[in-house]
Amino acid sequence: MGVKSKGLELIRPDGKRLDGRRPDEIRELKIKVGILENADGSAYIEQGDTKIYAAVYGPREVHPRHLALPNRAIIRCRYHMTPFSVEERKSPAPTRREIELSKVIREALTPAIIVEHFPFSAIDVFIEVINADGSTRCASIIAASVALASAGIPMRDLVAACSVGKINGMLVLDVTDVEDKYGEVDMPFAMMPNRNEITLLQLDGVLSLEEIEKAISMATKACKEIYEKQKSALKEKYIELRKAVEESAKT
Amino acid sequence: MPIYVKDWDLVVPGEVLAEGDYIAGPYVYKEDNKLFATTIGIVESKRGVIRVVPLQGPYVPKVGDVVIGIVIDYLPTAYVLDINSSYKAILQAAEVLPPQKNALAEDLSKYLDVGDVVICKVVRFDKYSDVVVSCKGRELGKVVDGRLIKVSPAKIPRLIGRKGSMINLIKKETGCKIVIGQNGFIWIKGKDPTSEVLAEKVTRKIDEEAHISGLTQRVQLMLQLEKRG
Amino acid sequence: MIPKLKKQQIMDLLSSGRRIDGRGLEDLRLVEIKCQCVKNAEGSAEVRLGKTLAIAGVKTSIGTPFADAPDMGVMIVNAEFLPIASPTFEPGPPDENAIELARVIDRGLRRAEIIDLRKLCIVPGKAVWEIWIDIHALNHDGNLMDASALAAVAAILMAEVPKAVVNERGEVTIDKNEKQRLPIKNIPITVTIAKIGDKLVVDPNLDEEEVSDAFLTATFVNDKICAIQKRGEKGLTMEETMRALQVARQKARELFKIIKEVVGSE
Repeated sequence: MGVKSKGLELIRPDGKRLDGRRPDEIRELKIKVGILENADGSAYIEQGDTKIYAAVYGPREVHPRHLALPNRAIIRCRYHMTPFSVEERKSPAPTRREIELSKVIREALTPAIIVEHFPFSAIDVFIEVINADGSTRCASIIAASVALASAGIPMRDLVAACSVGKINGMLVLDVTDVEDKYGEVDMPFAMMPNRNEITLLQLDGVLSLEEIEKAISMATKACKEIYEKQKSALKEKYIELRKAVEESAKT
Repeated sequence: MPIYVKDWDLVVPGEVLAEGDYIAGPYVYKEDNKLFATTIGIVESKRGVIRVVPLQGPYVPKVGDVVIGIVIDYLPTAYVLDINSSYKAILQAAEVLPPQKNALAEDLSKYLDVGDVVICKVVRFDKYSDVVVSCKGRELGKVVDGRLIKVSPAKIPRLIGRKGSMINLIKKETGCKIVIGQNGFIWIKGKDPTSEVLAEKVTRKIDEEAHISGLTQRVQLMLQLEKRG
Repeated sequence: MIPKLKKQQIMDLLSSGRRIDGRGLEDLRLVEIKCQCVKNAEGSAEVRLGKTLAIAGVKTSIGTPFADAPDMGVMIVNAEFLPIASPTFEPGPPDENAIELARVIDRGLRRAEIIDLRKLCIVPGKAVWEIWIDIHALNHDGNLMDASALAAVAAILMAEVPKAVVNERGEVTIDKNEKQRLPIKNIPITVTIAKIGDKLVVDPNLDEEEVSDAFLTATFVNDKICAIQKRGEKGLTMEETMRALQVARQKARELFKIIKEVVGSE
């Protein structure tokens, strides 16, 4: 962030990144669906060392009542990091960053939710970052979409997300904490992969218009891969139920 | 006119189901000549209409549904019921009061109190207003004993079983009266507490294991074992 | 709640290339910049964008640097949406919109390196200049983001800060009689584009904001982009995004000329 890399070489002599990834490679993604029993929908994600829980409650009654809208559901989102999720303990009180990210994540998910189905109600999305190693808002969005789908909330599409960074003049996908701190650029990105609509786009760092276009293309490709993983995680969870329903209908 | 899925396929939101002249049924939407699923569920396509049957999700009221509600509030001439949904249900007090009595002059809590459980039918619903229910009819009305349990509304069809096979099995083996609300509330009344406990256990088992095939056999086995004590 | 009629009116006009206030799709509102209007602030600027009014003040003080940047000054941006600016703003701490605005502007200023923070170092590791930038919305008629960003830039460019003197004992004193401008490296310009239906408009007014599907705010420095923020509850296609950035870059060049004139003349 304007601070020199302190002798830390983010790209190894063999052209790979510190964790061995190629520039256009995303970290291994593990998604578990429905692990929180009380929530209407939930998902847990591990992306490298970034670990996040997402839970969805709703549609449910809005409190306070005056916030309810007569023609659609309101979406509320709380992005929060646990004090032990970062190297130096973070106070549990919401920081300005968490407040901005809560808004930005909400606006990344809302385009996908068919809010007109549930007037006067609220759909609450809660995100808890258990361990942070970069790109937490993107991982949060990946998990939250899966949680929304697992709650059976009607959606136009899932939302997949991936960050783009720039290290030694080269664009890289899915930045870790170190790459974010010592790299030149952080560009969080999210989209609805079947509709080709971008729902999150931020940039912190300097890029030319051409680089931005390239970065968006790279991130789009990654998001389509991530969508397949979200799809698998959901199908894996429900395939048994589907089989059972089919079997009982045919006997 | 390509269709990319077949009946019984499991789909997730955003999946492209087909392109062309198909009609979008429930839980499907059409845009740019493509049909997309909106929920996690099973594809069903009939006569050019493609729909998705959700495997999860909130209860969406339908006229004619039997629902079980809990009284939570009063309005000047009606009761407000919690029906396990973001919508509240309204039950006109006139249905519960004796014919000569005027709702506005009466103390409504004398007839139905907060916390009372009522079996009703959905009479009117549009998503912009509360659900209107009625308790006039056979098997409808306030219940005074038995027990109330809650399951996920999406599992209700599993609980009922094909042509009622599952629920009839449970009723027969436990001797309990069971009313299933489409909204996920289930009322059980048995001759004695033991049979009620058994019926509740079986119902919860179905809720938890609905996704594992061979459920019917397991339920039958459980009932036989439990009855033998 | 904005009546459906109004949204319809706005969209009908847009399809014929006009906006409700008579502007073309890519026209900015009238820009007025008044600098150094606050005597007690080291730097200040009031910016009018049409009827939108925002004021930014720069205050300086001497403080300790961050541990991981011992030879760099500190810059902090804060924003408040004052209740006087709109019937919809309530008194209290900044809400998510004000916080987002402050953070977006902060990123733009920081990444553009508007101030050479290294030149703000007085005694490495011990004493550096702290630059406090406070932005207040005074009247909200849409696009507080761009008005606020411009006010912040103007206030920083015009700020006159005292000199810091270090004596032989290493003690720091402030000489208020010797004033100088802040060490400026680059001038960032922030432009917001709103998407209404399938149209993109520059510098949305309040009515347009209320019917917009999404917003793209981009901060430009030397024809490159140093900050982007997409806002709003709908999405944008890649094509719309790139088109918006092209248009925004054009507008940034216009605003850059305007601010150079204002700053240059003083």
